[in-house]
Amino acid sequence: MTGKTKRNITAITGFLLAIAFMFYLTGWHLPQEIILVISTIIAGFPILIKAIQALRMKAFSIELLVSIAIIGALFIGEYVESAIVSFLFLFGAYLEARTLEQTRSSLKKLMDMAPLEATVLRDGVRWTLPVEEVLIGDLVAIQSGEKVAIDGKVVSGQAFINEAAITGESVPANKKMEDTVYSGTMVDHGYIEVIAEKIGDDTTFSKIIELVEEAQESKTKTEKFLEKFAAIYTPAIIVVAVLVFLVTRNIEFTLTFLVIACPGALVISAPVSIVAGIGNGAKNGVLIKGGEIMEKLAKVNTIVFDKTGTITKGCPEVTDIRAFSMKEDDLLKIVAEAEVVSEHHLGQSIVKEAKTRSVPLSNKPDNVEIIKGNGIRARLAGHQLTVGNRKLMLGNGISISPEADAYAVDRERQGNTAIYVAVNRSVEGIISIADQIRPEAAEAIINLRAAGIKQIYMLTGDNRYTAELVASKLGIDHVFAEMLPEDKVTKVQQLKDEGLRVAMIGDGINDAPAIATADIGLAMGGSGSDVSMETADVVLMADKLDKFAHAYSLAQATVSNMKQNTFFAVGTVVLLLIGVILQKVFLASGMFIHELSVLIVILNAIRLVRYTSEKAWYNKPTSRNSATQQVREGV
Amino acid sequence: MTTVKFQLETLSCPSCVKKIESALNKQEGVKDAHVLFNSSKVKANFDETLIPIEQLEVTITKLGYSVLSKKVS
Repeated sequence: MTGKTKRNITAITGFLLAIAFMFYLTGWHLPQEIILVISTIIAGFPILIKAIQALRMKAFSIELLVSIAIIGALFIGEYVESAIVSFLFLFGAYLEARTLEQTRSSLKKLMDMAPLEATVLRDGVRWTLPVEEVLIGDLVAIQSGEKVAIDGKVVSGQAFINEAAITGESVPANKKMEDTVYSGTMVDHGYIEVIAEKIGDDTTFSKIIELVEEAQESKTKTEKFLEKFAAIYTPAIIVVAVLVFLVTRNIEFTLTFLVIACPGALVISAPVSIVAGIGNGAKNGVLIKGGEIMEKLAKVNTIVFDKTGTITKGCPEVTDIRAFSMKEDDLLKIVAEAEVVSEHHLGQSIVKEAKTRSVPLSNKPDNVEIIKGNGIRARLAGHQLTVGNRKLMLGNGISISPEADAYAVDRERQGNTAIYVAVNRSVEGIISIADQIRPEAAEAIINLRAAGIKQIYMLTGDNRYTAELVASKLGIDHVFAEMLPEDKVTKVQQLKDEGLRVAMIGDGINDAPAIATADIGLAMGGSGSDVSMETADVVLMADKLDKFAHAYSLAQATVSNMKQNTFFAVGTVVLLLIGVILQKVFLASGMFIHELSVLIVILNAIRLVRYTSEKAWYNKPTSRNSATQQVREGV
Repeated sequence: MTTVKFQLETLSCPSCVKKIESALNKQEGVKDAHVLFNSSKVKANFDETLIPIEQLEVTITKLGYSVLSKKVS
């Protein structure tokens, strides 16, 4: 039965019930009875069909219980009850389907952003193809108002692109040559040509959808508990119904038990909250991989930040080059030539600076040795080059002159990372690199504290001065500098051992081990990075820390919403049982309370779809209790 | 082993989940069938030499749920 016929049948039987009521008022007994029976049959028939369909597949269903109750009521001549029960069951199911769609609307909206067709240039000819027919390597042209249908690199043109489908950010991003664009995003204005690198199910967009779909299914502890409860509850009530009949021979009383045996609100109460919460996250560029993670995230009280790429922008720039004997550009040249092979962001920023200064890179390095967290050693044009931090110099027996050291410390105090350059064991210069703090970092940290975070740590491979400077600007409690990736893992483990509930947030690649160790691991800049999407529990698709604060508040709001629902659902069951036993609740009223409770639970969850954390923060800068209060008061 | 994903019309009662899962899992050749309740999808791993995909679709339809689309991978 489709939603439409369900709606029509509900409307017809509702109308019939109204007529029957008018006959009742005017005292025409016979027509009232006839109309009630007709109404029962119209509404009861589809319920009975569903019950039989399930029985044929040897499956037990709620429809079967309701069918028995309806037929039983007809049998004993309770036409009012039978008509109302069948009407309410259908009407309830219809409303449930409609409102459930609301809790799922966030994901639906995302999926609607999926591109359908693409303009492909093959042999100079323009083809408009369905997305499924685009191949890897195809040249795809996208103009204003069109959707990007693949993931790939821009090869010509320039455009402002709305990436809300991926990052939740609706401010258009400027994309030019070499930039990556993602499927599902939309060109606001401009024109670009892109080489397709990922198509179909491999695009970041498809992966997000897949991930969110799976996440919504993963069960929380509360959910598992409720399902177990329902699995016992339903058969138990049926057994009670049979016993009651054997003892009292009261058919109506017995049938009432069958109606309230439906586990409705009980089974749905926790999942609706989780689905709405995860959907809200996805819409805002925060991928939370499941209900259990939602519960854990809500309980976090300690945050460990990585510095580079997380608190700072992660695209450091060369701020100064100090050459002791050679020319600045020559020093830059040899370092850049060696760092070409390095994937470290500091190395890359040196290469970038060389390109900006149009320094030609001609020599290729040999015997390259990358010392993780410290620097790089290579042979270049017959010289031994050592580039890295103080530790690397000392470890290789390279002495640092007092004035070089004083200069480096001075640069570090100003927030730079000082990189020593040694040629054949003598320090020839120092390159200073600085990385900007993300503009939203300070506010995000304030909001996180307001939402209940007690301790904030920052772990970094960078030097002490830079680290302390950043920490003091942002009011971070504890700083640990000059740490290797494995030191970070040890530190996170140690915090966990102290009984703290730790969330670690990093850029997803260097920090992957520490992220995996923490109770909750978050990765920044998920866009396109498969590694971070796989290892982290929560992925922030936009490179923005305020999304973290949103995720944390959202998790708390979701968990408290789930608790309200669970409490309400269990409470309803208890009250219904008491009501039935005291013979205060009968067939029609039992069904009414049952359907009403399901709807209330769904409506409560829908509030999460529209949840915005800002409101919570503005109204309660001090304690977390007032935050959840705000949520309850209907954001 | 083949994996298929059926998109059904909106599932509203959680009891449908068990109904569909147990009916599908009883079929010979179906390794595991899983209902994604919140996205109203059915995901099934099955052996195509033992059971044709149409048979799975018919089973779901017979239970009273219309299949809107399917995707085999």
